[in-house]
Order: sequence, then C-alpha cells, then structure tokens
Amino acid sequence: MGTLRRLTRRSVLIGSLAVGGGVAFGSWAVSRPAENPLEEFAGADGAAFNPWVLVTPDEIRLITPHADFGQGAAQMQAMLIAEEMDLEPGQFSIDFGQPAKAYWNTALAEEGVPFMSTDESLPAEAMRALMGAAAKLMGLQITGGSTAVPDSFDKLRRAGAVARETLKRAAAARHGVHPDDLRTGAGAVILPDGARVPYTALAADAAKITPVTDVPLRPPAQWRLIGKPQPRLDMVAKCTGTQRYGIDVSLPGMIHAAVRMNPRKGGALKGFDPAPALAMPGVSDVIELPGGIAALATDTWTAMRAAEAVICEWGAAPYPPEQAGHWEVLAGSFTEDRLDRVWRDEGEVEAALADGAVISAEYRSPYVAHAPLEPLNATVLVTEEAVEVWTGHQIPRMLQRHVAAITGHGPEQVILHNQFIGGSFGHRLEFEFVRQAAMIAARKPGTPIKLTYSREEDFAQDFPRHIAMGRGRGVVREGRVEALDLAIAAPSVTASQMGRAGLAVPGPDAQIVAGAWNNPYDIPNFRVRGYRAPELAPVSSWRSVGAAGAGFFFDCFLDELIHAAGADPMAERIRLMRPGPARKVLEAVAQLSNWGESLSPGVGRGVAFVESFGVPVAEVVEVKDTPDGIRISRVWVAADVGRVVDPGNIENLIQGGVVFGLGHAMNAEITYSDGMAEQRNYHDHEAMRLNQCPEIFVRVLEGQGRVRGIGEPPVPPAAPALANAIFAATGKRIRELPLGRHVTFV
Amino acid sequence: MKVRFSVNGAVREVETAPDMPLLWILRDHLGLTGTKYGCGVAACGACTVHLDGAAVRSCQVTADALEGAEVVTIEGLGTPEAPHPVQAAWIAAQVAQCGYCQSGQIMQAAALLAENPAPSDAEIDAALAGNLCRCGTYPRIRAAVRRAAQAMREG
Ligand code: FES
Ligand code: FES
Repeated sequence: MGTLRRLTRRSVLIGSLAVGGGVAFGSWAVSRPAENPLEEFAGADGAAFNPWVLVTPDEIRLITPHADFGQGAAQMQAMLIAEEMDLEPGQFSIDFGQPAKAYWNTALAEEGVPFMSTDESLPAEAMRALMGAAAKLMGLQITGGSTAVPDSFDKLRRAGAVARETLKRAAAARHGVHPDDLRTGAGAVILPDGARVPYTALAADAAKITPVTDVPLRPPAQWRLIGKPQPRLDMVAKCTGTQRYGIDVSLPGMIHAAVRMNPRKGGALKGFDPAPALAMPGVSDVIELPGGIAALATDTWTAMRAAEAVICEWGAAPYPPEQAGHWEVLAGSFTEDRLDRVWRDEGEVEAALADGAVISAEYRSPYVAHAPLEPLNATVLVTEEAVEVWTGHQIPRMLQRHVAAITGHGPEQVILHNQFIGGSFGHRLEFEFVRQAAMIAARKPGTPIKLTYSREEDFAQDFPRHIAMGRGRGVVREGRVEALDLAIAAPSVTASQMGRAGLAVPGPDAQIVAGAWNNPYDIPNFRVRGYRAPELAPVSSWRSVGAAGAGFFFDCFLDELIHAAGADPMAERIRLMRPGPARKVLEAVAQLSNWGESLSPGVGRGVAFVESFGVPVAEVVEVKDTPDGIRISRVWVAADVGRVVDPGNIENLIQGGVVFGLGHAMNAEITYSDGMAEQRNYHDHEAMRLNQCPEIFVRVLEGQGRVRGIGEPPVPPAAPALANAIFAATGKRIRELPLGRHVTFV
Repeated sequence: MKVRFSVNGAVREVETAPDMPLLWILRDHLGLTGTKYGCGVAACGACTVHLDGAAVRSCQVTADALEGAEVVTIEGLGTPEAPHPVQAAWIAAQVAQCGYCQSGQIMQAAALLAENPAPSDAEIDAALAGNLCRCGTYPRIRAAVRRAAQAMREG
C-alpha cells in the first residue's frame, strides 16, 4: 500500500465539536460538498474524480479511508469502488489516504440516536438526519461502531460509478462516439469496435471534464464482486510475514522509545531517578512525560528494559484503589438522582410487579482489556515544516489535532501514514500513545522516534471495557413472561472516552443500556432504566461497548424468567419477539441448531439474542459438563445484516466475534488492587485458546432494510448463551462474568 | 558479544548483548519483521520461529544460546511467489483477519507437520494451543492445518 505524501495542505479543521443536544445548522453548510483531498495529488494529467478515486497515466489508486484492524475494511471499500468501476484485483493500489473532512462517517452519528434501529418514525429519522449533518460539519472521520460497511456501501459504489461514467465521457469525446455506445470492463473503456482504452490512458482527458454526478447504481443482479467471496488483498502478505504494521516501521536514524506511565492511571509522577537506566549500554536518554517517563535506546528491547529500570515514585489513582470499591460505587448508584434515562417503559411495570411473585437477580460485568496482539506503537518525526506520524488509528483528524497541539504545528501540517493494524477492539480509538510519541519526538526534532509499548505497559495503561451492574425483577404467569424490569448502573464510557478527546457529550449515555433496552421483544410489562454511576477507572469502547455487559444481563435474566415460567427458552423468546428480522434470526438459529433434539446426559444448550449496532444476532451454545470441567462443543449463529458484501469474510468475522465473546466470558477480567490493574500479560487475561474453540456454524440473513456492519454484533450474545447453556447442563445459574470464577473450562 | 548463526540459510554475525532475545535480534538488528512481538513471556506464540528445526518462542531464546544455530523465520519458510505448503493452505483457507498472529501460527503448524504428517484433531489442538489469536481465527486455522497436511501428503 502506498501513502499519499505532501508537505503543505489546505484543509481546514473545525475547532469545536458538539455532538447531539439540538444543534441547528444552515442548510447551505450541510449541502455543500466537502473539498476533494485528492485534487492536490492529481498532478497535471491525473483525474481525482472524487475523494476515493485517483487515476493518473501511471496508476489507479483507490482511497480506503476506514482503518483496517483485521476486519477487512480496506478490501471491502476497494471492492465497492471496483464493483461499479469495473476494476479487477491487481489493477489498482489501495491507500488509506490523508485525513480529510470529505471522509466524514455518514453512518455512525445516525446510530447514536435514542430510537430503536427499527424505528422509522418521523422524529427518529429527523434526529438521524440531524446527527448526520453534525458529523458532516465536524468532518468526523472515524472507523468504529461497526459502521464501515453502512457508511461506505452507497457512497463508494457511487464513487466508482462516477469515475466510470466520466472516463466513458472522455473516451467518447476522444473517439467521436456517444457515451451510451461504450462499455467498461477490467479497467478499460471498450469502444463499439471492441478496442480497449485503459483508464490510465484516459486520465489526462478525464481530468478536464467535470465529473458526471447523476449516475444510477447497478442493481444487485449485475454485481460481479458484491455478495461473492473474494480472496482478501492482504492475505498473501499476512501469511508470508510481509504485511507491514506500524510496529514494523523503520526509518533511517530512528531511535527507539518505551514508556512507563503511572500504573495508577491518571496519577502523577512524583519523582524519578533515571540513573539505573542511563547506566545500561545503548540507552541514550530518559525523558519525563506528564504522569510517567520515556526511555530512549538503540533498540526496542533495550528501551523497554530501560523504562523498567527507572526508579519512579507514583502518586495515587484518581479512583478507588481496590476493586471492591468500584462495585460499591455501582451498587450505590441505583438512585433517583443518578437515573440517566428511562429507555423503555411499556405496559404497567409497577402494577405487574405488585401483582405477582417477583423474581429478582443481580448481575455484574467486569472491566476487560482490549489487548490486541499488536501492542500500541507510533513513530513520529518532527521537523520545522511538518510532523509525520506512522501509526494505525481509527480517528485520523482528531489525531492530527492532538499531535498539532503538542508540537505547535497546525493540524494540517500533521501527515498521517495510517498503517494496517494488528487488532484493535477499540484500542486504536485512543490517543495517549500517539501523544506520548509526539511529546518525545518534539524533544528530538529531526530524529524519528519509534515508541513501542511493552505488553505489560499495554495492559497497565489500557482503558478497559467499563464495569456494569444490573438488577432485574420480573413476573411470570401461566407459563409466560409477564413483566421484566431491568435497571443497569454503569459509569459513562462515552463521557470517559470523549473527555480524553477533549469533548463534552451532553445527554444520557445509550451505552449504559445498549443491548438491553433495544431488543425488539414485546414483553407485556417491560422497563429498562439506565443509572449513571460516577466515573471510576478510565474506560473505553471495547468491541460491542455497552452491549457486552447489558446484553448479558438482559438475556440471562430473561432466561431465568423463562425457566421460572417452565417455558422453552427458544419458543418463549420467539413468542415474545416482534415479527420481523429479529424473530427470523431466532427461528433461523433454532433450525440451524436443530433446537429441541434430544441431548446426551451432561450436555446443555443455551440460546441468547442481543441486537447491537442495528444487527439482530441469535446464538445457541452447546456445552458438555465433563469430569474435568465445562467443554464448549458447538455454537450456532444467525444474524441479519441486510446485505452481505463478502460471504467469506463475514463468516470469518462472525466466528471470530463468537470466539472473542466466549473467550472473555470464560476467563478475562481486569481488577484493580492498590489502584493498579492486577493483570499484566496474556497468562492472566487469556480469553480463548485454539484447543478450547468450538465448532461454529453461521447463517447470515439479508432480510432487514438497512445495510449493517458485523464487526461487533456477534460478541454480545456469546456470553449469555454460554451462561444459559451452563445452566441447562448443570443447573448452576452464574450471574457474573467471567464465568470462570464459578466453573472450570476445558 | 559477537554471535554467529544462520538465518534462513545465510550466516549472520551480530554484535549484541548476551541476554538480548532472538526476537529482537531478528526484528531490530536484522530487519526481519515478519516475526512478531506479542507478549515477551512465552504466552502468545506470535514470535515463533524454527531453531534447529524445532518451533521455539524467539522471545525466550537469548543471544548467548545462538552460536552456530540454524534459525528459520516466516520469511525463510516461503515467499509470496513461492509459499510453503502451510502458507499456501493458509491463503486458500483465507485464515487471517488482522494477521498479526499468523506468522507464529504458521511456523508452529509447519513444525508440527514436519514431525507428524497426519496429525489428529487433538494433536493439532495440542500443538497450537500456545498460539493466541485475538481475532479468533481458530476455526480456519484448524481447517488450514488439515488442508496443508493433506497437500503435503499428496506432495
Ligand atoms: S512474544 Fe514470544 S510468546 Fe509472545
Ligand atoms: S488474526 Fe488477528 S490475532 Fe490472529
């Protein structure tokens, strides 16, 4: 993958941000197209048809601005353009591009609204439009919230179609024929006599034409690429050790750095003695940073050892030092004044609860680390005229702002070489590691500084998934679930994360209750309330964010009620579910798993349904209670994403999401003691190993109206389906994660 | 200290601290970045290479144990143009997501198949249990090992 390079740029960054809360904009500002960042790279003979397609006499370059951390975003974006542009793999290069306002995410803001995904009412649609307009004005380029596909699906096909039709116009003018008599295929315009004119040969002519704008998109029946499994463009490199990640960046004269920050996150550095580090061969410097130190050395390993050798005196953590204190805060947060929002209130919940034997239960979901396999890293070179940054990041324009504020450059002078990322799960939405690299590099102008986190530092400084506590009450009658009332208390992950980015987000936090309030069940008396606990340890978005905990509470508690009613877990869920895509995924997973077939002794199955990011997902987990412990043998999954871009890749992502959800539910948590995370490396925050992996069967439906992303939605149902299966097999109802606190997994 | 050993068939001489792990000699001294750092404590398998024919965690092998050794890394196993059968099977099965673990997975699988051309499912599980994949590509890793085993037997 190449990188667009330049040292001056014109793009303007908006200085202030406001998400939500009734922002009004002039329609002129919203409808005006964002500036095309490729224009300045096109040169005299190149055509920058739009922000995603650059054709020059030498090459065809597709810009794929969504970051790629393994989900295949680069491939997906390229394929959408190639579909309409009639390109074949191998005929184009792909590039993450330079950060630009034109790459604002259309889909993310729309989903942050307090309406169910299925709600197409006027207020819901109006709010989505408003949020979309705000994102556009901010130029919010972000990869997150499973939005890469929904954001790209129409936009990038249109980008490809515009390029194709404009190239046809250029060919028509040159050869004196009508554009309607031209076809395109495999990177060329095909003349009526069958002669092929490569796009690259038309670049100079096409550059002089104003791109056509009115291009209809091809109907699905004409698709060559979409809906068919495509070999991933990065696969050969990733299987031969030739894929370059940020951690592999090497520049002439580069110095390696490692940081050691206060393990009591946010606490001060009270003093330090660098002498033991400076005495080590290869160590050139120890630098003080806010809240920690950086050691500089000739190689990564020496830098890491030097950082460890520095004697540091740390201040206290700005949150309770012991884990029990965190739970106490949550337990004390179910109060009137901490009520964040009543998200769902149907029927007469209080009356129904007063009118029957109330079943109640309390659930917990722990802090969990992101811990992608590639540790955090960033390489920064500061010079007078620019700052160059080599790293993989999901919010490029905010990264520019953070770096610029440190080095004293303008944001437009920060050049980001966005890299393929070795996993994120939300980790690369954060800025601390880039800020630290920029601070070090600012002290060493002209010298490239490569900061690599040790795994221990990556764990210690992670902003983990937030903790949450759920309290359920319910009533069953005559074999049916009559009432379900769920209250969830959690700190606001949105406030914590956005606060670090310097943004204040008004209004209630949907992530406290995501995966609970929005499930399209019609329970006669149904209430979900979110309680906003005070901020505790700093937290961040972890693959599926709030739905990982709240979905676990909701579905397991529903399972408890169904069992109390004596109903079948699958049949009762289907009965309670509104007709539509959600009910169809339950029916599909019932069929796929042959739910109801007789099972051997010691074998149990659990089902769970959680909708997140607009994707209804149902999973059935089968476990066997063996003398050595619980063995997860098989999993069946059904999900509805509206439209499948690549059936091969989506299967891989769904299976991976199930493994991720199950693995952390089995054994992973971050706990604090003396203000520090107790888990330091993979041996004490392990998740799933290959020998524990079940067989996973996947069915993907295309029944819903909107196109959705699949990165996160398979995660939330995994934990409750596993807990429900353990209950079915053993009679043991486990109400906290990780489940390994109560059972052994083999 | 000076240490001489062979990497992917070529003899290399490196001036290094005696306790520097092979992982960092490969990555930072020799520029062979296909071998990955994940944990540094033998808990993830991302750094797996072949040392005298056996799969080892390169983060656990120090320079002073390398004199005269033969090391093969992912770059030496095969290339994009001429992949090793295990790599070819991985590509055919479209295993990778982020791909960061896959060098280690492939080196581990190649060592298994060199020793045991027809491993059972349990043997595959046991051999690869130490190689973490945070993206969860395990179902495809298993499929690729079986595919590679078959391809290598059929030669
Ligand atoms: S880096 Fe060597 S096993 Fe993880
Ligand atoms: S493919 Fe990402 S860690 Fe294995």
